[in-house]
Amino acid sequence: MKRFHYLFKDRLALLSVFIITSTLAAGVFAPWIAPNDPEEVHMELRFASASWEYLLGNDHLGRCVLSRLIYGIRPSVLWVLVTLAISLGIGTIIGFISGYFKGKIDALLMRVCDIALSFPGYVMTLAIIGVLGVGLENILLAFVLMKWAWFARIIRTSVMQYSNAEYIKFSKALGVGSFRIMWKHIVPVSLPDIAVTSSSAFSSMILQLSGFSFLGLGVQAPQAEWGMMLNEARQVMFSRPELMLAPGITTIIFVSAVNFFTDALQVALDPKLMSVTKKKQGKGIYQAANLHGKA
Amino acid sequence: MLVVDRVNMSYRKGGMFSREKQQVLKNISFQYEQGECLGIIGESGCGKSTLGRLLMGIEKPERGTILLKGEDIGRKSARKGRISAVFQDYTSSINPYFTVEQAVMESLNMKTSSRKFNQSKVDHLLQHVGLEPSCRYKYPHELSGGQIQRVCIARAIATESPCILLDEAISSLDGSVQMQVLQLLKKLKENDKLGYIFITHDIKAAAFICDRVMIMRSGQVEEIVNIEHLNNVQSPYARKMLQMIIN
Ligand SMILES: Nc1ncnc2c1ncn2[C@@H]1O[C@H](COP(=O)(O)OP(=O)(O)O)[C@@H](O)[C@H]1O
Ligand SMILES: [Mg+2]
Repeated sequence: MKRFHYLFKDRLALLSVFIITSTLAAGVFAPWIAPNDPEEVHMELRFASASWEYLLGNDHLGRCVLSRLIYGIRPSVLWVLVTLAISLGIGTIIGFISGYFKGKIDALLMRVCDIALSFPGYVMTLAIIGVLGVGLENILLAFVLMKWAWFARIIRTSVMQYSNAEYIKFSKALGVGSFRIMWKHIVPVSLPDIAVTSSSAFSSMILQLSGFSFLGLGVQAPQAEWGMMLNEARQVMFSRPELMLAPGITTIIFVSAVNFFTDALQVALDPKLMSVTKKKQGKGIYQAANLHGKA
Repeated sequence: MLVVDRVNMSYRKGGMFSREKQQVLKNISFQYEQGECLGIIGESGCGKSTLGRLLMGIEKPERGTILLKGEDIGRKSARKGRISAVFQDYTSSINPYFTVEQAVMESLNMKTSSRKFNQSKVDHLLQHVGLEPSCRYKYPHELSGGQIQRVCIARAIATESPCILLDEAISSLDGSVQMQVLQLLKKLKENDKLGYIFITHDIKAAAFICDRVMIMRSGQVEEIVNIEHLNNVQSPYARKMLQMIIN
């Protein structure tokens, strides 16, 4: 974990970290940051364009678009993050136990995962909504039920691959405990794999949640959510495209930031990849020096 | 010190639920005395590495016992600080995310967890195996094969265990580097009173460093001889193997 500081040498990574942390902070502190009440209706301000009081204008009920975007971070990002953490936590534990101890316990756990994975995701989510009713928490529950097995599978493969390495054999021969080996050796090397899968899962969950809200199955009006804002703006897509752009662009920027961040994380954590970029920079300086010499 | 008694090992062929088994080790018995260097020689695939894994307690024998100073080697407390290892594949023998220092510290931390004290020992150990102190902050991919094996040896002696198991530790190195590492091992053996279990398919290397050799053939012990008597081995298989080397 000593390598995190390498992350901050990459400008794009730095920008992504900034976008992600400020989004998360804005979501947590929404009541203090949002300029207006996101659910306050002003019929006289319907579709008003941007003004000093309403920086991004007003929607079809005259509500402040910016405030709704900020409050929308809570379900769209924060709750998805919690869901991700839960499913990733379950998946990681099962994946590590399976991949490290192998044998019978692995066979048993993987059959359970196979069963969980044999349900098609969207259909399962719809089925859960059908049984438990529409609402954010039911969709998130469905996400956890669908994703943990997927995480467990991927992490198990990664752990299994690394647990055959000779440095693990050495630690075992020394008599180091299993959990210490996992923590000291396997967690760091499999972290990039875990980061990439969880970031892609995070982006796809954000998009899926927006999708379900767009269909009216997720967050219920009048609560703000990015997907639902898109849905509400749909009716005026051609006359007032900016209402659709606000949540759309926010979603794209945030999801891209998450993806850039994990790519950079992968490079920063791996000493091999890092030294390649270091060498390249060194070479550049060397060549520049050469040019000077010639001139 | 190490007593191996009628050890058998087999692996399942095919899938998890397959009944068919492949017998890898049959009725292996021998003893290892503290401080000696025992060579285990055999063709590849005859079960040397499997025996090595059993001797390190990483896997449990199917039948038979392996006792280290009277205790079952499978118990972590029994083998802590008593056995250590160096492996063949230097590309995966050090965690790619660890610096040389971190790798050596792992062994040192098994003894005492005083960070200051251990850090001061790293330089000494690196010097002991013929490495520059500047290697300390390098990652394994920045080192050559011979250097990595030296780090592995440093890491193995750092545990201060009286017995080090070397499984084809020099086989993947180039000729001259092989000799350098062998000489290092010999020097350590004489100066530090270390004992080795030296697994190899190379009789010459074994003859160079070992006091006794155990010749294995398809999972069984063919013969155990002292190195002085290597020329008059009894079993036909061992004779044939020696003939091939001489020619
Ligand atoms: N984990 C394992 N699972 C199944 N078969 C194995 C396993 N390990 C070794 N074997 C089999 O045992 C035999 C001996 O392997 P090994 O001990 O690696 O030989 P050596 O080190 O002498 O070349 C080989 O035929 C190999 O296929
Ligand atoms: Mg082998």
